[in-house]
Amino acid sequence: MYKAACRLGLVFFPAFDWAIDPTHPEREERLLYTQDQVLEEGILDIEGIREYRARRAAVQDVERVHICVPEVGARVTESHLIAAGGAIVAAEAVLKGEVDKAFAIVRPPGHHAMRIVHGARGFCNINMEAIMLEYIRRHYGPKRIAIVDTDCHHGDGSQDIYWHDKDSLYISLHQDGRTLYPGTGFLNEFGGPNAFGYNLNLPLPPETGEEGFLSALEHFILPVLADFKPDLVINSAGQDNHYTDPITNMRFSAQGYARLNDRLQPDIAVLEGGYSIEGALPYVNVGIILALAGVDYSGIREPDYSPEKVAQSQRVSDYIARLCDETYQAWEQRDTLRAEYIRGKKEISRRRRIYYDTEGLMETQEETTLICDHCGGLSWIDSRTDRGQHILAILIPRDACPRCQEEGHALFERSRTTDYPDGIYLQERVEDTLLKK
Amino acid sequence: MFVGLDMGGTHTDAVLIAGGQVKRHCKTPTDPEDFLRTVTRTLDAVLEGVEGGQVERLNLSTTVCTNAIVTGRTSPIGLLLEPGPGLNPAALTCGQKNFILSGSIDHRGRPTSPLVKEEIKAADRELRQAGIRHLAIVGKFSPRNPEHELAIKDTLSPGYQFITTGHHLSGRLNFPRRVFTACLNSAVAATFSAFAGAIKTYTTARQWPFTPHVLKADGGTLSLEASLSLPVETILSGPSASIMGALALAPTTRDAIILDIGGTTTDIAFLADGVPLYEPRGINLAGYPTLVWALFSYSLGLGGDSCLRVKDGHLVIGPDRQGPALALGGPAATPTDALITMGRLDLGDKALASQGLTQLGSRLGMTAHELAHAILQQMAAAIVARVETLLAAINSQPVYTVREVLEGRQLRPRQVIAIGAPAPLLAPELEAVFGLPVLVPPLAGVANAIGAALSQPTTELTLLADTQQGFLTVPEEGLRERVPSGFSLDRARHRALELLQARLRRLAPAAAGAELEVVEEQSFNMVSGFYTTGKNIRVKVQVKPRVVPLDRQDAQGEAEGNV
Ligand SMILES: [Zn+2]
Ligand SMILES: [Zn+2]
Ligand SMILES: [Zn+2]
Repeated sequence: MYKAACRLGLVFFPAFDWAIDPTHPEREERLLYTQDQVLEEGILDIEGIREYRARRAAVQDVERVHICVPEVGARVTESHLIAAGGAIVAAEAVLKGEVDKAFAIVRPPGHHAMRIVHGARGFCNINMEAIMLEYIRRHYGPKRIAIVDTDCHHGDGSQDIYWHDKDSLYISLHQDGRTLYPGTGFLNEFGGPNAFGYNLNLPLPPETGEEGFLSALEHFILPVLADFKPDLVINSAGQDNHYTDPITNMRFSAQGYARLNDRLQPDIAVLEGGYSIEGALPYVNVGIILALAGVDYSGIREPDYSPEKVAQSQRVSDYIARLCDETYQAWEQRDTLRAEYIRGKKEISRRRRIYYDTEGLMETQEETTLICDHCGGLSWIDSRTDRGQHILAILIPRDACPRCQEEGHALFERSRTTDYPDGIYLQERVEDTLLKK
Repeated sequence: MFVGLDMGGTHTDAVLIAGGQVKRHCKTPTDPEDFLRTVTRTLDAVLEGVEGGQVERLNLSTTVCTNAIVTGRTSPIGLLLEPGPGLNPAALTCGQKNFILSGSIDHRGRPTSPLVKEEIKAADRELRQAGIRHLAIVGKFSPRNPEHELAIKDTLSPGYQFITTGHHLSGRLNFPRRVFTACLNSAVAATFSAFAGAIKTYTTARQWPFTPHVLKADGGTLSLEASLSLPVETILSGPSASIMGALALAPTTRDAIILDIGGTTTDIAFLADGVPLYEPRGINLAGYPTLVWALFSYSLGLGGDSCLRVKDGHLVIGPDRQGPALALGGPAATPTDALITMGRLDLGDKALASQGLTQLGSRLGMTAHELAHAILQQMAAAIVARVETLLAAINSQPVYTVREVLEGRQLRPRQVIAIGAPAPLLAPELEAVFGLPVLVPPLAGVANAIGAALSQPTTELTLLADTQQGFLTVPEEGLRERVPSGFSLDRARHRALELLQARLRRLAPAAAGAELEVVEEQSFNMVSGFYTTGKNIRVKVQVKPRVVPLDRQDAQGEAEGNV
């Protein structure tokens, strides 16, 4: 019989009674064959692997991360809250020391959900990893955390949430945004003025194979993690880089995902996307589980696997090598680059358009952040949608210094609801409250 | 008249039930060297003076197979595995000879690589040379499509004595458990068949016109003939006999705890709204996890004959049994001696019991009487602590739908039903620690045999329909048939129940009228490129396990007359 070298907690929540709509990729059937494979392989009988029951996250757990317009209840379904709660259960199992690692195989996904939520983006309404991480920090104290996002799509939501947070290093490997949704995720998206360099994107070319992902891990991700020295490593374990995925163009495999997790050794993995529900997910999920538990995964492979399906061209190999070098150099020079970026400025603003593909809604954001050497800096976002909504979101970071905190409150007092008819929100992370007027 | 017999490790109990009343019951020591004689002797005793023609039913719960495993008297097994890609199959090679064959089936039952005939032929030659005659053939995902397991069997030469194919055992997915279950099934087949033959001889000699039944771990029975191909299901039927007995003696519709307090162990089970809970994945047999469907029962090493010791200034009860109580000439003090010392039980030599307790008590600074109380309290506290741990685990079992998470059904027992010989004597301590009413029904000492007598045939079926491929599969029956593209969950349910009815009629003709139930049903749209291409339908049906409650008033009168 099998024994895990590493105690692993599993939270499996396939939401067999929930779909975005009946033929949507995010539907009831999505984790059905994964469940079949996990059951048939006898994974739950492996000594050291323990399954946990998902629970529902509280509205406050969501509000710690998101400003849902007009409120949480309007933007999420029960399934979203249970997926977020499932991720929290997984993380708590690790932090309480009941297991060494945990994997939350939950749906729907969340890494496209940003701080402000007007609707669904890329199948995501709320960000499961961020809700989980902020829950951990609230209940288990401050932590340096690295999120390694191996979903094929750029996790623009996670990037947005941690944009101003130096204690949360976000690293994303994804198919180049010039060829895939959401179209972002380039090197110059390097983090906000007070966390410059703590957002690292590695846009991989289409047709990247097993070798490319693993060399990006060895030559870029692992060295950065060695510098950053996180207390916790999280894998946003999207599985749409698989060679059979219907909506992407990459050439990764179950064996590759397993090896990646074996090398990365994340403390917690959370399922993100992945829509090859028969040909990839059953094998990728089993591969990740075994790699995390320290059980021999060398026999895991897709029935139609062949080395040609995961091979990449020399051109792709060379491109990735250059990309890793360039990005690693930028990371090493992050302090110098920041000094240049903020020189002589008191605040920095940016203007963005954000598309919500499910609703077909366009949001325009104007965000301003105070330059601050002591904290993530106070930010406020003026957000309008093409449906006529207009709100102001004031964001006091978790580690706010007294000045940024006071200025945030003052701005909330002074802003008038006549200017923002759909609400003025104050996300007060120091006091862990969300105020609205 | 119904006869029920439950053979345990130390005792064998039998009851004779007529008109809803226990007419007679008897308890004899189990002779580990001769199970058959134990059975016939006990039956002779309980049936003394009864005319053969009056008996309508004989249900047996036996430990013959368990004992064969424990003492290593099982047949050597040839294991033919078709693991396909996945976990390393080396961990599963539990046969005397093991063959890892090429070929694979995927989660939807599609063959993804072929069998290689020459490998099977080579295995066949080696097995014949080694003189191995009992085989297990198990493929990954065989319940989704049994054709490879069947083809392997067909490729072998004829003349093997017993072959278990994995899909025949259960529709549940779990390849390692399927392997262990198949091996155990073949390993005990010869032992079981010899026992069944002897029972048949016994009943034929008495010209009983019915087929004896054997108890299974799921609280149901199977005819002696039908159990010949599934002996593994009969291996651990003792705990379920007791649970069904408790239900017959003390029917309830509430959440409850059942305690079966015996000589060596206390078995703990639970009722949800009066219905017993099952082991979610199957029970462990001989240290192996299996697919054998069973009532949930946890065995705690604590009973009336548990050995008492003082260790580091503390009293330790069990988990072992050294022999009977001191009062009965045993080697060490036991909780039974405590009951005798306290005057709750009049048995054996009271002086020996209190002498032993005095000795033990002197090391703890207690009189014999103080110690006796302490023993019972500690025993009750240990049982309650374990019940609470088990409840916590049961109440945190994962669920997979939004509905179930939101409903959050929790098991909250409102009463305790205690059976087994020491149960009435321990009730005050249990009641104090549980803070719940403890019901000890009359005849609690032979509840196991009553459960055996009153259990009814059960069987289950899994139906999987894949309308895109146009097949339905019923692994337990080895059945694969075509379905039209419009096949629906309704029709699948209907077909499953129809097949279950036929299976029941074949396995236990007398029980054809039993109530059938749908245990699980799911239907998923399968989508490809934004178009629905078919339905993936899964239905599990079973014969509802049940006992006929005894007529409680009569049972009471009988108990007073007999105990
Ligand atoms: Zn990514
Ligand atoms: Zn994705
Ligand atoms: Zn500040």
